[in-house]
Amino acid sequence: MKADVFPRVPHAVPAAHHAHPHESAHLHVSGAATYVDDIRELAGTAHAALGLSAKAHARIVSIDLDAVRAVPGVIGVLTAADIPGSNDCGPIIHDDPILADGVVHYIGQPVFAVIADSHDTARRAVRKARIEYDPLPAVLDPLEAKRQERFVVPPMRLVRGEPAARLAAAPRRLKGSWKVGGQEQFYLEGQISYAAPKEDGCIHLWCSTQHPTEMQLVVSHALALASNQVVVEMRRMGGAFGGKESQSALFASVAAVAAWKFGRPVKLRPDRDDDMMITGKRHDFHYDYEVGFDDEGRILAVCIEMTARAGFSADLSGPVGTRAICHFDNAYFLSDADIRALCARTNTQSNTAFRGFGGPQGAVAIEYIMDSIARAVGRDPLDVRKLNFYGGEGRNTTPYGQTVADNVIHELVGELEAESGYRARRAAIAAFNAASPVLKKGLALTPVKFGISFNVAHYNQAGALVHIYTDGSVLVNHGGAEMGQGLNTKVCQVVANELGISLGRVRATAADTSKVANTSATAASTGADLNGKAAEDAARRIRLRLAELAASSHGEGIDPATVRFADDHVFVGDHAIPFGELVQQAYVARVQLWSDGFYATPGLNWDRSKLTGRPFYYYAYGAAVSEVLVDTLTGEWRLLRADLLHDAGNSINPAIDAGQVEGGFIQGMGWLTMEELWWNKEGRLMTHAPSTYKIPATHDCPPEFRVRLFRNRNREDTILGSKAVGEPPLLLSFSALLAIRDAIAAVGDGRIDPPLRAPATPEAILDAVDAVRAQFSAAPAAARSDVAAEALA
Amino acid sequence: MNTQAIRFLLNGEPVEVTGVAPTTSLLNWLRVHQRLTGTKEGCAEGDCGACTVVVGELEGEDDALRLQTVNACIQFVPALDGKAVFTVEYLRRQTGGGLHPVQQAMVDCHGSQCGFCTPGFVMSLWELYNDCSASGDRPDDNRIRSALAGNLCRCTGYRPILEAGARMFDLPAVGLDGPTLRAQLLALRRRDGLAYAHGENSFHAPRTLADLAALRSRHPEATILAGCTDIGLWVNKQFRELGALIYIGQVAELRQIGEAGGALRIGAGVSLSDAYAALCRHYPELGELWDRFASPPVRNAGTLGGNIANGSPIGDSMPVLIALGSRIVLHSVRGRRTLPLQDFYLDYMKRDLAADEIVEAVEVPLPVPGLQVRSWKVSKRYDSDISAVCGAFALRIEDGRVREPRIAFGGMAATPKRAARTEAALDGRPWDEETLAHALLALELDYAPLTDMRASAGYRRRAAGGLLRRFFLETRPEVSLAAAQTRVFAAFDACTVTP
Repeated sequence: MKADVFPRVPHAVPAAHHAHPHESAHLHVSGAATYVDDIRELAGTAHAALGLSAKAHARIVSIDLDAVRAVPGVIGVLTAADIPGSNDCGPIIHDDPILADGVVHYIGQPVFAVIADSHDTARRAVRKARIEYDPLPAVLDPLEAKRQERFVVPPMRLVRGEPAARLAAAPRRLKGSWKVGGQEQFYLEGQISYAAPKEDGCIHLWCSTQHPTEMQLVVSHALALASNQVVVEMRRMGGAFGGKESQSALFASVAAVAAWKFGRPVKLRPDRDDDMMITGKRHDFHYDYEVGFDDEGRILAVCIEMTARAGFSADLSGPVGTRAICHFDNAYFLSDADIRALCARTNTQSNTAFRGFGGPQGAVAIEYIMDSIARAVGRDPLDVRKLNFYGGEGRNTTPYGQTVADNVIHELVGELEAESGYRARRAAIAAFNAASPVLKKGLALTPVKFGISFNVAHYNQAGALVHIYTDGSVLVNHGGAEMGQGLNTKVCQVVANELGISLGRVRATAADTSKVANTSATAASTGADLNGKAAEDAARRIRLRLAELAASSHGEGIDPATVRFADDHVFVGDHAIPFGELVQQAYVARVQLWSDGFYATPGLNWDRSKLTGRPFYYYAYGAAVSEVLVDTLTGEWRLLRADLLHDAGNSINPAIDAGQVEGGFIQGMGWLTMEELWWNKEGRLMTHAPSTYKIPATHDCPPEFRVRLFRNRNREDTILGSKAVGEPPLLLSFSALLAIRDAIAAVGDGRIDPPLRAPATPEAILDAVDAVRAQFSAAPAAARSDVAAEALA
Repeated sequence: MNTQAIRFLLNGEPVEVTGVAPTTSLLNWLRVHQRLTGTKEGCAEGDCGACTVVVGELEGEDDALRLQTVNACIQFVPALDGKAVFTVEYLRRQTGGGLHPVQQAMVDCHGSQCGFCTPGFVMSLWELYNDCSASGDRPDDNRIRSALAGNLCRCTGYRPILEAGARMFDLPAVGLDGPTLRAQLLALRRRDGLAYAHGENSFHAPRTLADLAALRSRHPEATILAGCTDIGLWVNKQFRELGALIYIGQVAELRQIGEAGGALRIGAGVSLSDAYAALCRHYPELGELWDRFASPPVRNAGTLGGNIANGSPIGDSMPVLIALGSRIVLHSVRGRRTLPLQDFYLDYMKRDLAADEIVEAVEVPLPVPGLQVRSWKVSKRYDSDISAVCGAFALRIEDGRVREPRIAFGGMAATPKRAARTEAALDGRPWDEETLAHALLALELDYAPLTDMRASAGYRRRAAGGLLRRFFLETRPEVSLAAAQTRVFAAFDACTVTP
């Protein structure tokens, strides 16, 4: 064996619980990491482009594509009639046509596809189409859809206790409305699928997707094929964030149907504008709430109705609504609660998964309310939050009936409060504001409790394959999808740790439906939990075989359980056998050197009709303090400092986990402050490219950014004691929004509740500043402190 | 028409290109024709930076080598004639296969997650690295942020990338062979302009103003191309067929900056980067606006002349140039004429420009004693965002009274427009709260802005008023406020520390 075959990681470095670089980092920085569009094209590859609806809701009277077909280089066109199987790519409810059939439901809905010899030709040819529409009434506003009772799934409601009676009896009450905007995933690599016809009617599909199995199913249904005729391969995505969980399906289907129809490889890579016009986003939420509390700010009862913009079809809106309901409590015990979620059907893009999956929308509402309660009772919001935390006698059950058994929020928040100097900074900020006429500072500390597992129990399973080759190198394949979150790195670390070998020996391959079958989406933060356990199981099976071989061939009566695997060696009694050597021996001895592995999360149950059970294996916790500076003349603002403390359990890779924490925080801050989706009166999304839709950039990263992982081994038997970290940190960004609100309150006497909608753009901030100013100058001094939360429509 | 081959250096090797449309983007040429797939398409409109590459040129009388980032998605291939293009694939060639310090620092700092934006960041950092290595500087945090302001990352939140931007200088240095590169570029230099044709389309790159004027006269239908930062979008997003293109980027006279007659004269081919550097030497108050104007790759490619000639109501240079009393110089075979910049804009996207004329230069008066100048933009994001409102203010205070107020706004009307009523309310008055109150009322009458995805009409009005008040607070004779008391961005800079 050449000395430099495994060059990257020195042996002394432990495989697990260590800050290894991302397994592809050296490829990323070299431009050598292969994404779907970088795959060397097969001869004869054609390119597809989609023709989109120009109407928000209309009957298609006619589609004239003659001029499209006449463009030199055009190979052909596809419409709904060309789909041999079912014209549907909906993940749960089958109401998502691949290509519009008869009726269009939003501006941007794909109606037809053009297949041409180049990407450019296909895109240009699309514009030659003539489609005649007969307009139908369009509903663009979720609240209007609610009035008309247009829902994509039935309304959901979770009631615990006697919220109405307790509310009526509460000494203090607040009633209000609020809204939070949606969010475009803005994965840097857009949607893309590349399909190649194979022998016997089979299809091979390279697809940028979080859910290869779902793509396999959708393609096989569209083409009326058996699942065993479709292979989906996915090495890596250039970001996904939920946007490629279900909504990669449309692109996969069109590419596959085109490949089938024209008998040649077809690639479909929508331009960024088309991608944003076609695909759904994070649901914007409207809230109507009423909360009752005592004079200290302890919540006695709360009722909330959350109206989500589902868009034209169900997609994943039902589960998003469920997760919003299950996260409205965030870190707080709500004894008497009435929590409702409505998924309003609008003639806009069908909203879908986005990091947090409704959880952020649920939890941000209670944080906004908590802030308002604090102003109403005249206490520091942190004190009111602490008062309401889970913990203590009879205060450990969520509204949906799960016991919060692993609560660390008190310790975690206490640590952050001390470390960040919260109290001293609170005082310093008050002094600053008193002396600063134009600029005002604000501070907020918000907690996170986030449930880990898919709400639907049977999704919580995974499989893996581990191969050890005779040179001692290891290949691992699992059902999870690498989207930048470092899943493959962690799975390789798990396998190396299990086999006691250096990380450099282990390589992860593309997710591939022909290797590991029936996989779940890489979503709900569960990628490492599920696939890590499955890979560990596979590696353990091989390790046990190797241990038996080592025990039997190196001494009489040695218990295989005493054989140790560490430092690229296998230790049997006094002997240390190099790992590679033992592998050779195993091969010669005809011991199986590869294995499958499987994992199913234990102990989960969920009653979909009652919205109760134990949907989550455990909770991840965190907290953040943000300090902001707001310009009361223009509404511009800056994040000056953020302190994040997050619970990743016993982190498998602290660098990767810290990256998830920081990145999630900034992404959430973008959602709540600058990323604004804006549709015009016709229902056309006008923010459909980075020129008009602004995600955070370099100057939005705070100059002081202190990020730390909270030491807390998972009490549940998770992979190496770690906790999932993909989604929960996004919720840390609530602190930025509420710090802005705190700064705005300083325009008044601190007791007037700023009606700050999200995203808190300069315009939204200035509106809130003006509202506080108006109330402050209008209210008699004595009455000012009783001003209640009022929403700004 | 016969065609010449486009010649340039690609990763240090000379290439000749024919047989592609003149509007072929550098990005597509790299990815499809050269199979250099390290450079990524994220948006095809110069707003995400995934396609960032570095272009080298010889500049000035001493032919100094200059490397700058550009967005490959909005550069037409013929515009690269005579230049050197570097893509991410070049970096490991520099080290003989290992990682370049820029790349190693990104790995060490965990600066990549999904990796798709990463090559673009690496190239922006590589430019910074070469620039600082040549001068011996170590960039501070703000310079690193600004260098990366045109690169979007959706995964990391930027902190590890900013850290890599500092850490890369701690690693063993890898230099660029400047002299060889310079010699290669000198060898590529043309005496006469490039004339490139493909089918019905052509691309002319004259080297003198006289040739340019003659070409323009013969081809009044042609599109004048400078930095390609807007016209690239006409092709990528609007699928426009451009026919004949006349590129001004090789015209030496248009690339000059000089001072004459109490004015700074900036040639129409001068990049936004260089134009603003010159402007800010005289008007340091404009630094924030400059830092926020588009992104480094766009400023490196785009020209001030192009921004002015385009005449968009939301262009960020016009309000301040108008407030400073700038004049525009137009040129044709018939001669030259000069007019106040404000008179150049007739209506929405309509300019006082004859079919045979080109913009030659803009002349910006130099500061006079007592002149107070500010220009700020308001947008949803600090970096590289289009203004909801861009305000520019200039006045002198003599004996406590306002003299020669000049106020102009972008984003408030169909053209960049002066605030005539507001100016009248200020002229000759004491610079105090009462005058400000009158001016704010007048400002309401000066503009009737629109509501769109960037802001509502009402917000535009209030923000414009807010900017005027900020100008007052900073420039009033009595207890004027410092920038860090009136602007969140100035305060942010003050607390930015080197990591």
